Amino acid sequence: MESYALLIGSTLSAGTVIALAALGLLVNEKAGIVNLGAEGMMLCAALAGFATTVGTGNEWLGFAAGALAGALLAAVFGVLVIWLNTNQYATGLALSLFGVGFSAFAGQNFVQAKLPELAQDGIPYLRDLPLVYGAMVLAVALVWFLDRTRAGLVLRAVGESPQSAHALGYPVRWIRLGAVVFGGALCGLAGAFISLEYTPLWVEGMVAGRGWIALALTTFATWRPARVLLGAYLFGGVTMLQFHLQATGVQVASQLLSMLPYLATIVVLVLISRNPAWIRANMPASLGKPFYPGS
Amino acid sequence: MNLVNKRSLLKTAALSALALAGCGKKEEAPAAAPAPAAAPAADKLKVGFVYVSPIGDGGWTYQHELGRRAIQEKFGDKVETTFVESVPEGADAERVLRDMGAQGTKLVFATSFGYQEFVQKVAADLKDVKFEHATGYKQADNVATYDTKTFEGAYLAGIVAGGMSKTKTVGVVASVPIPEVVRNINSFVLGAQSVDPAIKAKVVWVNEWFSPPKEAEAATSLINGGVDVMYQNTNSPSVLKTAEERGVRAFGKDGDMSAYAPKAHLGSAVIDWGPYYTKVVGDTLARQWQGGAHWWGVKEGAIDLLKIADDVPQEIKDRVAKARAGLRDGSFAVWTGPVKDNTGKEVLAAGQVGDLPFLSSINFYVAGVEGKVPGTEGK
Repeated sequence: MESYALLIGSTLSAGTVIALAALGLLVNEKAGIVNLGAEGMMLCAALAGFATTVGTGNEWLGFAAGALAGALLAAVFGVLVIWLNTNQYATGLALSLFGVGFSAFAGQNFVQAKLPELAQDGIPYLRDLPLVYGAMVLAVALVWFLDRTRAGLVLRAVGESPQSAHALGYPVRWIRLGAVVFGGALCGLAGAFISLEYTPLWVEGMVAGRGWIALALTTFATWRPARVLLGAYLFGGVTMLQFHLQATGVQVASQLLSMLPYLATIVVLVLISRNPAWIRANMPASLGKPFYPGS
Repeated sequence: MNLVNKRSLLKTAALSALALAGCGKKEEAPAAAPAPAAAPAADKLKVGFVYVSPIGDGGWTYQHELGRRAIQEKFGDKVETTFVESVPEGADAERVLRDMGAQGTKLVFATSFGYQEFVQKVAADLKDVKFEHATGYKQADNVATYDTKTFEGAYLAGIVAGGMSKTKTVGVVASVPIPEVVRNINSFVLGAQSVDPAIKAKVVWVNEWFSPPKEAEAATSLINGGVDVMYQNTNSPSVLKTAEERGVRAFGKDGDMSAYAPKAHLGSAVIDWGPYYTKVVGDTLARQWQGGAHWWGVKEGAIDLLKIADDVPQEIKDRVAKARAGLRDGSFAVWTGPVKDNTGKEVLAAGQVGDLPFLSSINFYVAGVEGKVPGTEGK
């Protein structure tokens, strides 16, 4: 029985990394901006969080630094694609590649650095809890924000039809920038979660594709926060389950088991989102398109 | 800083080559005598290293870099070493290899398996350059291959694991199912069972060489399954770090990883390329470079279990010392029969020692390991 409790505990931590990043990306995609730089932002944030915690001894400052690093990179990306109207996909890819390289370069001296001894709270998973619950609360809050508040409606309007929002007098560019920065901050938080809690160390490339999974998840979850959360836990759960099965000696090819998390997540989300009208209704109509206020 | 050094080295190399060429032309006609004046610089053996990852990876490449420094230390002015890091295992590798040849490098260490075809190609064109290819299996007149018996390090770690496991269950986070990795898993378990034959082992495959989050997840599931000592064949310190968090024990691999987890660390199976590298350079300087395939282990000082934790009982430390001494003088081999696989079939009869073909084709688990090697489930 205890092993199932542990399985659930580790599932929640595994899912939280992806959920945090994907919820952030969902908000900036709802405003019409695709940011493919998630992986790079997460890596830089993982390093920033790790370095700050090593330097100050305070884990919360580390999380703050991670969020800040993510937000800063996202802001640069935002200015490029929103004001200078560079191609969102190309700029995002560039940001991702930059983040991977830059974090490897800047992190050279932190490869063997040690995190300060943090007060052990007795239960190993307890220290994860604020962020684990935080991700759940965030998903609920986003559902409420996007569906029930005026500000959420404006954000969606900016993503659906920036021209109309502009005509109504909303500062489209600033709203988009805000959404992009929010997405970057959450990716940053997820990155710091990886280097401070999940695998508490720094090595280059340590995010290992989590950013790309988060990006894919927003699309498969048809931009619904609850589904993003479900998909993230499903992914985390099947990942842990397949290791659990291997450790208990179940005789299925491990390569097949390694594939399962991706397969299960895609199949489930495709099944629940198979209605094309539903996708049309949820996908921001101006996603990835540049906006020129004059036209 | 490293990058700057490398660049300036290459630059000075190119400049001195130009200067030499210039000198040669000018003084060709008057007399042959002044030419030797420039000879000492030309006599310097140029040794080049091609690394697959950055030196800061804390593992594989870092150990090769230590080997390079050992060469520089031992031979001082007689050699000049250069390196290029983060060279992908693709067409870029060929360019880097050719470039080194063009700079006058006479001995090249290509330190990753994936360079194999490119080394072969370039070596066929540059006959006067000697190539040393790590972990490869294709030799040529001017291409030697070399590798380390990492399984001997795994066996020594296994002895410590056998002495330290309270649950009598050890675990391995495995990378990619190739013979080398399966051999390491088995050798680790054989080491543990040499202390306590009742030891069981669990193996979890992540099917990647480097993915810290996945390695941590795999380690977590091993711990949840009752494992209290872990070994790994992946490249990051993630397993060790997870052990530290969860209060169990684990090992470092390739390099000394004790700094990552002071409480969990039981020892590091450290590869030392220094002895082989200095031998090859010495041979080359004496114009006695041999080629062939070289597989060095504890005997040659190429691998050892270092920094064994203080709380390991003396009796266990003695067992490690005994096995190490046996490996050194050749009186002991890790793969000595009787060895049974986990279906009960005898794979090595009593007294029989596993030879090279046997060791390179291990695709079973020894008795006591749960499950089957991926790819052999149906058999």
